[in-house]
Amino acid sequence: MAEQKKLSLIAFSGDFDKLTAVFTLATGAAAVGYEVNIFFTFWGLDAIKQKRGRSFTGGNWLTKLFGFMMGGLSVAPNSRFNFAGIGPQIFRSLMRKNNVATLEELVDAANALGVNLYACEMAMHVLGLEKTDFIPEVKDVLGVASFLNLSEGGQTLFI
Amino acid sequence: MAIHTLDITKEHCPMTFVKTKLKLAQIAAGDTLEVLLTEGEPLENVPRSAKEQGYNVLSVEHVEGNVHKVTIQK
Repeated sequence: MAEQKKLSLIAFSGDFDKLTAVFTLATGAAAVGYEVNIFFTFWGLDAIKQKRGRSFTGGNWLTKLFGFMMGGLSVAPNSRFNFAGIGPQIFRSLMRKNNVATLEELVDAANALGVNLYACEMAMHVLGLEKTDFIPEVKDVLGVASFLNLSEGGQTLFI
Repeated sequence: MAIHTLDITKEHCPMTFVKTKLKLAQIAAGDTLEVLLTEGEPLENVPRSAKEQGYNVLSVEHVEGNVHKVTIQK
């Protein structure tokens, strides 16, 4: 077997459609034998929160309010055609109707395939988030230097 | 050596690859997996990626219409 190929993704966006792109690439690459790393930062951290709906997650009143407004995976907004939150539900139903994996199914598949999930230490600090606020599959909390080290020798995308 | 089957003819990217990979992970070494898939991306890439990951692709046969059967040994 040839040396394992590697794909590293920086998930900056917390948008439903962009997270769908992140997890489609991640699961597809992992399924064809790539080592896959996803580094979640800023809005992207919403995707790995344990609470998938809205909750007052944060350190003080301001970050708790931000946490509520940002929400988790199941309330992620669309970057376009959001229609006050109805847009992602319309896309979910279109995906189900066309037998295309939904975002939640892709996240489950990523975990089943052993995709490496990492959280950005600095963004967590700003947003008052702890590692315990995230799903247990999150492997570690990292900074830029560690992420660069992990992604070295592979392809990297910023979404 | 058991023979397993997987039908991914109704699946789309990336679940075609995901389901094949997860099924291959489940079966025992030496077992065979028969994957039913459609022409295009799945037919081109499922056998290729199986080979790349060190599995033995025993055959690729045309079944009917645009459906093919890829036999992979773990």
